[in-house]
Order: sequence, then C-alpha cells, then structure tokens
Amino acid sequence: MNKLNMYKFKRKSKRILLYFILIAIALFMVGPFLWLLSTSLKTPGNIYDFPPQIIPDPITFDSYIGVINQMDFMQYFYNSVFITFFGVVLNSLFSSMAAYPLARIDFPGKKVIFVAIISTMLLPNTAGLIVNFLTMQKLNLVNTRIAVFLPSAVTVFGIFLLRQTYLTIPNELEEAARIDGASEFYIWWRIMLPLIKPGLLTLIIFDFVAHWNTFLWPLIVLQDSSKYPLAAGLEYLQGTFSYNFRFIAAGTVISMLPMIIVFIIFQKHFIKGVAGAVKG
Amino acid sequence: MFLVRVLFNLNKQWEKSFFFIYQHYIIPGNFQEALNDGKFWLSMKHSITYLIVVPLIQIFSILIAITLNRKLKGLSFFRSAYYIPVITSMVAVSITWKWLLNSDGLLNNILVNFGILDTPISFLDNPDFALYTVMFVTLWKGLGYYMVIYLAGLQSIPAELEEAAKIDGAKTWQVWRYITIPLLKPSILLSSVLSAMAALRVFDEVYVMTGGGPMNSTIVANLYIYETAFTKYRFGYAAALGFFLAIVVGIFTFINFKFLGGGPNYNE
Repeated sequence: MNKLNMYKFKRKSKRILLYFILIAIALFMVGPFLWLLSTSLKTPGNIYDFPPQIIPDPITFDSYIGVINQMDFMQYFYNSVFITFFGVVLNSLFSSMAAYPLARIDFPGKKVIFVAIISTMLLPNTAGLIVNFLTMQKLNLVNTRIAVFLPSAVTVFGIFLLRQTYLTIPNELEEAARIDGASEFYIWWRIMLPLIKPGLLTLIIFDFVAHWNTFLWPLIVLQDSSKYPLAAGLEYLQGTFSYNFRFIAAGTVISMLPMIIVFIIFQKHFIKGVAGAVKG
Repeated sequence: MFLVRVLFNLNKQWEKSFFFIYQHYIIPGNFQEALNDGKFWLSMKHSITYLIVVPLIQIFSILIAITLNRKLKGLSFFRSAYYIPVITSMVAVSITWKWLLNSDGLLNNILVNFGILDTPISFLDNPDFALYTVMFVTLWKGLGYYMVIYLAGLQSIPAELEEAAKIDGAKTWQVWRYITIPLLKPSILLSSVLSAMAALRVFDEVYVMTGGGPMNSTIVANLYIYETAFTKYRFGYAAALGFFLAIVVGIFTFINFKFLGGGPNYNE
C-alpha cells in the first residue's frame, strides 16, 4: 500500500470507529426508552424472557387499551394540556411585561430589584413550595388545577431570559417611536415584543417542558388524583399498578409522546435555547 | 432600622408576603432543633455526597461534546438522540430505570445469564448501592443538557488556535489539555454551578425510585424537608431546614466561582 492509500485507510477506519462510538452512546441514551416501548407492546407471558425479546413477538396493544380504559389516563392527559397551556401563556405574558422595565426603563432601585429577583434562585425549591402552598391555602385554591400553574405564572428564569433579550434591541427604534409620541404600552406591544420573539420562543419551549413534566407541586397541591397532570398521574399509577408493569410502561410511553413530537419539530430551537440562554 | 420598619409594615399590610412567613414560622427553636436533628444531617450528608455527580457529568459531557464537535453526517441526529432524556420527565426516566435495574429486570437478566453475577443484585433495594444507583440515573439524564452547553462553548473557540497548535506539532491530547479545556473554562464554570445546585437540591428521582429508603440510605435534604412540610405539616421547621440547605448551596456556588472563575473568556 502506498502512503496515500495508507492515509485514506487510516482516515476511514477512524471514521468507522467514531460512528461506532456515537451509535453506542445513542443506544445508551435511547435504549432504556426503547426497552420500555418494547415492554409496553408485549403480552404478559414474555416480558421476562431470556434472551430478551427486543422486538416483541407477538406485538399487542392490549396494555395501551388497558391503561386508557381502566384509568383516568385521558383525564391526566387533559389536565396536563390545561395546566401547560395556561402556564406557558401566563408566564410568557407576565415575564415579558416584568422584564421590559428592568431592561429598557431607568428608575431608582432597578438594580436592587433585579438582584433581589435573581437571588431567589438560590433558595431550595422545597422552601418555595411551602410558601406557595400556604399562599394557595389562603387563596382557597388548594385542590384546583389553577393552583398548579399559578405559582409559575411568572418565573425568575423567564424574567432573566427576556431581560437579556430586550437588552440586545438597539435604542434607536425606541427613541424614534417616542419622538412620534407613542405610548409606553404601544412601544412594548408593537415594537419590543416582535423583536424579542427568539427569546420568547426559547422561554415557551423551556416552559412547555417544565409544565408538561411537573410532578412534585401537583402532588402537593392537589388532593384528587383525577386532577393530576401526567407525570404526577404516572407516579400514582406506579403505586396502584405495580403488579402490572406493562400498563405502567404503556402509560409512560403515552406521556412521553407529545414531548417527543414537539421536540422533533422544534429541535433546533431546543438546542439553540440552551446554548443561547447560556451565553445570555 | 428604617428597613426593618418598612418590612414590618409590609408584613402587616400584606400577610401573604415572604416576610410574614419567615417572621411567624421560623423561630429560634426551629434552628436549635435543626442543629440536633440527626436525620436531617444524614440527609444533608447524602446531598453533599450527591456532588460526586458534578465532576463526572462534566467529564462525560465534555468527552461527548468533543466527539460530536466536527463536520459529520448525522450529527444532528446524534445530538437529538442524546438530548431525549433531558426533555423526558424525571418520573418517566425513573420508572424506566427502575424497570431496568429491578432484581428481575433486563440488566440483572443479562448479568446473570452471562455469568457475571451469581445472583441478581437489587440495585435500588440495597442500602450500599441505592444512593449511587440514583446518582447514576441523574448523571444519565443530565448528560445531553451539559453536552449542549459544551458544544456551544466549543464552537466559540476560534478554530485557528487548535490548527496552529497542530501545525506546531502538538498531539491531540495536548491540544485538549492546553487549548480546548482552558478555553472551555467559562462553560465548565457555568455547568458546574448549575449541576452542583441541582445535585444539592435533588428530589424527583429519589422520591420516585427509592422514596428515601432502604433504611434512609437515600434520604436527601430536599426529600426530608418535603416530608417535614407535607407529611408532618411542620411548615416552620421545614423552612428552617430549607434555610440551612440554602446556605450549603450558597457555599458550594461560591467555591465553584472561586476555583473556576477568572481566566480567559472568549464568550464576551
């Protein structure tokens, strides 16, 4: 073999090794979920087979039908949609309103307020839960779905992220509008909001994930298990259906599906969101 | 003094405020009790043990990010695949891993049938392993997130620097050691702070997978605080415990900044 071929061969084998490693990592990261999916499609007899059946034979959807018929599963699904929708809408609205003066308007004490808001991130989440729970108790909202999204109707993360986005907008636009006599609200709604769309989209995506996956807080604030969102419902299922893992597997797969679909559609924004939020 | 009066008035007028809760529920007695609460300090010890995840997650996610950071067919596919555990709820992840790690689960099945183990190990029911098993799941779920942070960091490193070093005859590991890693410092700082905070405040995976057991071997601070508040309904005492946890989080965040802060920052 001459030198050039040797070089090409080396390069090629390096590539193959690289792909081998990447596929191995992919299996490590996705494999557990595939195994869960496979379990959910099996008949009761063959879930403990060895060698394990990766692709079940026969494939059956019994567990899915069972989990949907025998439990409030669709109710959980609806609850999750309800909580996620209002949570995301309110947080986008209030965070963009709260971040606006912190970024664009000068007023005394601005820095102190901003630091005070950010420093609450240090507090352990359970301490926050106590405060929230007592608040919901006083408002007579315990055991309502509203109580699930109300405490996160505006978040520190949202304010921080959108403030950083507002800061990137050049002053000239705002000044031009002011000279034309536009009101503060008009400037915010017609000029600023359209310009912070990328940040807003990031916030919506993050918030969607957070609300869809929320589980501890609903467990605390809701007493009726029929009001649980999916993640909390799954934890509840795990307790009551522990003897039938295929059902739990089917329920878990259903709960993951919407998130995976949203992720596949918006994957670039997910990745950019993390990377961007980091730089901000 | 003025501030105290302002706060006092605030609290009179606005009973739901934070100050109200802190003034009326936290009393010195709670702090006294917290200092002598053996179970709380055991849970704190476990939370601090949980910090082992922090360096490990940096090492593995940096390795994955470096592997991925090149022109490659199917790159976005792999990146997305690695990110899927991040977007999945901790409950779903915990249920999945519990199923894999059971004494009759897939992992034991494989280990026993290939003769690596004589009898199945119930990873989550053994007080010696349980905490580390849960830590492993936390690590697994977080890898994709930190990988994305490091990928962003790597992409901000000017390619000329690494090329120049290679032309000067530096070996691959030398490029990593002397160029890539030092320039990743801001990302490492950020990831360490984020993951240390998350580790000290871990809750979901412990709650779903072990519930603090067996024999309190996985009880962590946040879980103990949760139990104090929402199963014993001792809100004041739980808030006092939360205060201690906040101090510990603050200390470790400070240490992170002290050790990793400074140095060149190419992100600015």
